Amino acid sequence: METLVTQVVKCYHCGQPCEEEVLKLEEKSFCCYGCKTVYEILNQNNLCEYYAFDKNPGVNLRHVSDETYAYLDEAAVKKQLLEFDSTSFARIRFYVPNIHCISCIWLLENLQKLQTGVLKSEVNFSGKTVRIDFNPELVSLSKLGRLLASLGYAPRINLNKQDRPVAPASQQLVIKLAIAGFAFGNVMLLSFPEYLGLNESDVALQRLFSWINIGLAIPVMFYSGNEYFTNAWKSFKQRQINIDVPIAVGLLALLLRSVYDIVSQTGAGYLDSLTGLVFFLLIGRWFQSKTYDSLAFDRDYKSYFPLAIQKWVQNEWRAVVVYELEPQDVIRVRNMEIVPADSILKSDEAYFDYSFVTGESKPVKAVRGELVYAGGKLVGQPVELVVQKKTAQSQLTSLWNESAFQKPNESVYKKIIDRAARRFTWIVLLLAIGTGVFWFYYDASRMWLVLTSVLMVACPCALALATPFTYGNMLRVFGRYGFYLKNADVIEQMATINTLVFDKTGTITHGASAVNFVGFLTAQEYGWIKLITSTSTHPLSNLIAKQILNKSDAVIAELKEFPGKGIQAVVAGKSIRLGSALFTGNEGGGEAASRVFVSIDGLARGYFEIETSVRPAIKSLVARLGTQVKALLSGDQPIEAGRMRAVFPASVQLLFNQSPHDKLNFISDLQKQTHKVMMIGDGLNDSGALQQSDVGIAVTDDTGVFTPASDGILAGNMLGKLDSFLRLAKRSTVILKTGFVISFCYNAIALSVAMSGFLTPLIAAILMPISSVSVVGFTSLAVNWVARKEFKSNL
Amino acid sequence: MLIIVLLISISLTIAILFLVAFVWSMRSGQFDDTYGPSVRMLFDDKKKKE
Repeated sequence: METLVTQVVKCYHCGQPCEEEVLKLEEKSFCCYGCKTVYEILNQNNLCEYYAFDKNPGVNLRHVSDETYAYLDEAAVKKQLLEFDSTSFARIRFYVPNIHCISCIWLLENLQKLQTGVLKSEVNFSGKTVRIDFNPELVSLSKLGRLLASLGYAPRINLNKQDRPVAPASQQLVIKLAIAGFAFGNVMLLSFPEYLGLNESDVALQRLFSWINIGLAIPVMFYSGNEYFTNAWKSFKQRQINIDVPIAVGLLALLLRSVYDIVSQTGAGYLDSLTGLVFFLLIGRWFQSKTYDSLAFDRDYKSYFPLAIQKWVQNEWRAVVVYELEPQDVIRVRNMEIVPADSILKSDEAYFDYSFVTGESKPVKAVRGELVYAGGKLVGQPVELVVQKKTAQSQLTSLWNESAFQKPNESVYKKIIDRAARRFTWIVLLLAIGTGVFWFYYDASRMWLVLTSVLMVACPCALALATPFTYGNMLRVFGRYGFYLKNADVIEQMATINTLVFDKTGTITHGASAVNFVGFLTAQEYGWIKLITSTSTHPLSNLIAKQILNKSDAVIAELKEFPGKGIQAVVAGKSIRLGSALFTGNEGGGEAASRVFVSIDGLARGYFEIETSVRPAIKSLVARLGTQVKALLSGDQPIEAGRMRAVFPASVQLLFNQSPHDKLNFISDLQKQTHKVMMIGDGLNDSGALQQSDVGIAVTDDTGVFTPASDGILAGNMLGKLDSFLRLAKRSTVILKTGFVISFCYNAIALSVAMSGFLTPLIAAILMPISSVSVVGFTSLAVNWVARKEFKSNL
Repeated sequence: MLIIVLLISISLTIAILFLVAFVWSMRSGQFDDTYGPSVRMLFDDKKKKE
């Protein structure tokens, strides 16, 4: 057996190995015409500095479809996209997911050298956007789109929510944090004289400081801390108690008591504690707000479908936006384009690849008059179709109307913190009433003071910080190892998972197949086979053509394709047949769907064995996960059942021919049996199941490409570490609960001081930061320690 | 004692000015991209060789 891939040449532009062919230019190798063209464009314009900043900075252009951007010139579309528009000046912000390095910034900011009419372009690296000022008289919007795409920076255009705002929520949070921090620092300084003891003669000064403190605390209370009050009020109206309720009560008690103390001149108030509290709480919130902005966790079919399609309007093909298609419209779909709506085929015949819908990777043949479902990708010649249903009502897209996509997933789950908060609130309430009753009889004049002290120190600051720091740290650890979660709450849900369901294609198996030839062929004969196979659209032919590097200049004659059997052709006077064992006369070769037999001049020469490779780490992962793995769901034909059985033990159900709806129903059936299900999938066909499951994880080998809506995105090469991630999620919950215990201890101490009536501003000012810092420190250290231990032991 | 009042009012005014400056810079988007500007300043403005 010999493997055909012999040498690895790296592309000068994109740095990927040149698999299909190697193009040479000025002693530089390129993997495809796209990459070479970009180099040529840059070379002509003296922009080769591009290659100086980063090694092989380019974006691979092998898989770029020649999407037209003509629809960008439609007035309605333009109006929606442009930030500013006038006759000689316009501004647009494109979202370009491919921006990834310094060279990208440099090239995109030098667009004016490539295209006249571009006035200025500016990249926002974090937001992956490029803002272009241009003169619409000199360059059209569609031309800009094409220019970017031709350089490998295809803009992703979304008409629904264009202009991804650069997270105004997090911006506001930072401003709130800044104000709280500012006030905290100043209040502390102004409180020092009180604690250190001023002379009696300085009373006037002391009062002035107190009043300044009030002035500083009010914006903290009502601007920085306003969310705690609104949240508390909301949950109060729903007759639920969450963590914000005791916080709001505590803050209110702190402010009222402080104002009373200052106005009545009985003390300096607790304003340093108040501002410090808000400051720490906001730090926690800010820490938890880490998001992977550049990844999309909520993509639905809309981001996968083409935006525009060619429609026959008044005797010409015009690009129109897909959502405007109406039944009976005639549309034209080109090679590798997606059919945007359920339609009837008007051309004679065509092959459609439904891999995104069903998981089945073999193209399906359709003949004239047959119904073609939306989501199929055309393989081969352009065809014409008659639209039957609007895009939003198509078979595939109707999945999004399922209940799984309607229910707000978050509210169903009761968070640990809210459960703890409820218990905590009741305890505090009982203690406060008890203390009030006791002091009413013992010393009624001090009852209100003691009561407010109890409410003040009961404010569960440390409790509220334990969650964001535990999960926020874990989120960062996961991100470092290629597992990106939508938000920190997903970790909590992961800890409860006891059932796992896998998808096959793209998850267990993935992309690049290994092609091996069993038998003997000369280098020249390999070249001939490459010639023949590259004329065919059959996926197995494509795979073989891709793997053979030998070239041949021979001429093909009498090429004939026998559907379901194979191809026959005459090359260099030799009759070559490729296909099934029977067709090529390879008797006793063993018929198998993944084998392509070869015969030359009627002589059997052997066969190509094609294997979709199973990810190497899967088998040991499944063994480690044991009985938690419940099922494998595949949209494919059960051809590979045997190979999958070798990976999965007998306890795992292997289900084939599963439609997206079947997958969704399977998950919800498991959930009805009180299983907590994690679904691991990758395609659009899994999106229903991903959404329905308690935690849906999308597996991808390139985080830039399409991933369906999910709770988390896992890099393909880290799939083998899934058990570690699950274990860490469980450990985080243990750490979180330990953090709770620590904060309860502090609260118990503080409460006993408050209940006995000895609470002073100084004690409060010391106790509160100490409890917060120790909880934050403990959770952060513990999370990093368990993570290091986990990954050291099995990396 | 008057001097302390004076000093505190000056220090608070300056501190508030800085706070306002920070809020303004945040709002005007100066912190939106924390990576881009750090490399942009290193790009040379090479004149096109004709």
